[in-house]
Amino acid sequence: MASGAPSRDIGLRRGPLTALRVYLLRHLQVLFYSLGVLSRSPFATLMTTAVIGIALALPSGLHVVLKNAQQLSGGWDGAAQISLFLKRTVQDDEASRLARQIQKLPEVANVSYISRREALQEFQRLSGFGDALEALKDNPLPSVLVIHPTPAASTPAATEKLLHRLKDYPPVDIAQLDMQWVKRLYVIMELVRRGVVVLAALLALAVLLVVGNTIRLAIQNRRDEIVVMKLIGGTDAFIRRPFLYTGFWYGLFGGVIAWLLVSLSLTILSDPVERLTGLYQSQFELSGLDAATTGILIGTSILLGLTGSWLAVGRHLRDIEPT
Amino acid sequence: MIRFTHTSKRYPSGFDALQNVSFHMPAGQMAFLTGHSGAGKSSLLKLIALLERSSRGQVLINGQNLAKISRRRIPYFRRNIGIIFQDHQLLFDRTVYDNVALPLIIAGYPRREIGKRVRAALDKVGLLGKERKYPITLSGGEQQRVGIARAVVNKPPLLLADEPTGNLDPELSRDIMHIFEEFSQVGVTVLVATHDLALIHTLPYRVLTLKGGQLVNDTDPSE
Ligand SMILES: Nc1ncnc2c1ncn2[C@@H]1O[C@H](COP(=O)(O)OP(=O)(O)OP(=O)(O)O)[C@@H](O)[C@H]1O
Ligand SMILES: [Mg+2]
Repeated sequence: MASGAPSRDIGLRRGPLTALRVYLLRHLQVLFYSLGVLSRSPFATLMTTAVIGIALALPSGLHVVLKNAQQLSGGWDGAAQISLFLKRTVQDDEASRLARQIQKLPEVANVSYISRREALQEFQRLSGFGDALEALKDNPLPSVLVIHPTPAASTPAATEKLLHRLKDYPPVDIAQLDMQWVKRLYVIMELVRRGVVVLAALLALAVLLVVGNTIRLAIQNRRDEIVVMKLIGGTDAFIRRPFLYTGFWYGLFGGVIAWLLVSLSLTILSDPVERLTGLYQSQFELSGLDAATTGILIGTSILLGLTGSWLAVGRHLRDIEPT
Repeated sequence: MIRFTHTSKRYPSGFDALQNVSFHMPAGQMAFLTGHSGAGKSSLLKLIALLERSSRGQVLINGQNLAKISRRRIPYFRRNIGIIFQDHQLLFDRTVYDNVALPLIIAGYPRREIGKRVRAALDKVGLLGKERKYPITLSGGEQQRVGIARAVVNKPPLLLADEPTGNLDPELSRDIMHIFEEFSQVGVTVLVATHDLALIHTLPYRVLTLKGGQLVNDTDPSE
C-alpha cells in the first residue's frame, strides 16, 4: 500500500542515528513501564523476588562459607610434617646419625631431633601433668625426628612417597604424616564444593521455573491486551518485550535480595566466628561477598530472570491469537 | 483495493463459511456487507485482515496476494488496515489517549507526532477533551468512537468494520456511519459488515449480500 510502513519512512527521514536513539528510547520506556506494572502489585512482586532471592542466597552463602574454609586451611598448606617415632632402644648418637642422613635427602628441608628427655620435658611443660609424670619410674616417651619437606615436596603425593621411604629405616618405629587431616579436609571440601554446584544448578532451575510460571500467569492475565496488540499490528517482539523486561526486574531484585540475605547472615555470623577463631589463636577474618562474586550473583540472577521469561513467552505468546 | 477470486473458507470443523466468493472493491470505495447471522460476514473480514486464511481461491489486497504473506509479516500488513469491532476491543486499564496512541506506539512513531495524530483522530470522532478518561466511564457510542479513532489514527488506506453499530440506537448508528462516510470521502476504502438493513438502505453505497457463505447479491446505486 502506498502509505504503508510509516515507521520506516520516519526512520529514513530522520537518519539512522536518530532511529537508533528512538529505538533505545522505546526500550527504556518499556523497561520502566514494566517496572511500573510490577510496582502496582508490590506484594506479589515481593513474593516472587523473595523466592528468587532465597533460592539464590543458599548456594551463594555456601560458596562464601566454602571460600572462607579454603582460606583458613590454605594457611596449613606448607604445614606438612613427618614425625618419625624411633624405637625405644635407639640411642642418641644413632638417632643423630639418622637425622644427618635424612637431612641429605633432596626432599627434606630440615630435620630436628627431639630426644626422649626433651620430649618428656616438653610434655610436662605443655600438659601440666608435671608432678604426675614425676611419679613414673621410666620415661614412656620415644625420641622423635620431625621432618619438614621442602615446599616442592609438600604436595600430598610427594610427602606420601617420602613417608614410605622414611618408614623403612630400621630405627624407625612409627612414621606419621601430620598432614593426614589436612588432606581429609581437602577431600571433604571438594565434596562440599560439588554439592554446592549441584545445589546451585537445582536452585537455578527452580528460579527459572518460578519466573517462567509468574510470567505465564502475567501473560494469561493480559490475554485481552495481547489480542488487541496483535489485532492492530503489534509484532511478536513488541508484545514480548514488556514480559522480558519483567523477567529482568525479577532477576535483578531477586539477586539484590539474595545479596542482602547473604550479607546479613555474614554480619550475624562474623562475631561468633571471630570468637571461635580467637580460641584457636588464629588471625582470621570472615570475608564476605567481594565485588566480583556480587557481580556474578546479580548477573546470574538477571540472566535466569530473562531466560525464565523468555521460555514462558516463547511457549505461551504464540497460543494467543485473535479470532 | 480488495479483490476476492473464487475464494472459499472452510473452518477446521469442516464448516464452509464462504464458498466461491468473487468481487472487487476499487480503492476509495465504501460498501456494506450484509446477510443473515452466520452468513459469513465476519469470516470475510477476517480473511482480509489475515485473522484467518482462505482455503481456496485468492484474496488480493492492494495487489498483494495474502497467501504469500508469512506469519512474521502479518503485523506489518495489519498496520495498513484499520479494524473496528462490535465489542470495541479497547484496553480498559488505559486512558482514551493511550488506547488511540497504541497503533502509533507499535509502529514506532516519535512522541510528538503521536500527540498530534491522536488529537486529530479524536477530533474527527468528536471526542476531543476526553483523552484522560478511561473507556469504562464512556457510553457505548463513545467507546465505539474511541475504537474508530484508534483504527484511523495511523491513516490506513483500508478500513474494516464488523457490526460497528451493533448495539447502538438508530441515531448513534447514523452518526457512526457518517464518520465512515467522511473517511471514504478522503480516499479511504471502507467495508462495513452489518445487518442493519434499515440504515444502509437510506445510504447511497454499494451493498454486498452473503447467504450461506455465498455472494448472492451485489448492488451499487451509483452504477
Ligand atoms: N472458528 C470457527 N470454526 C468453525 N466455524 C466457524 C468459526 N468461525 C465461524 N464459524 C462458522 O461460520 C459461519 C459464518 O460465521 P461468521 O461469523 O462469518 O458469520 P456472520 O455473518 O459474521 O454472522 P453474525 O451476523 O452472527 O456475526 C457460522 O455458521 C459460524 O458458526
Ligand atoms: Mg459476525
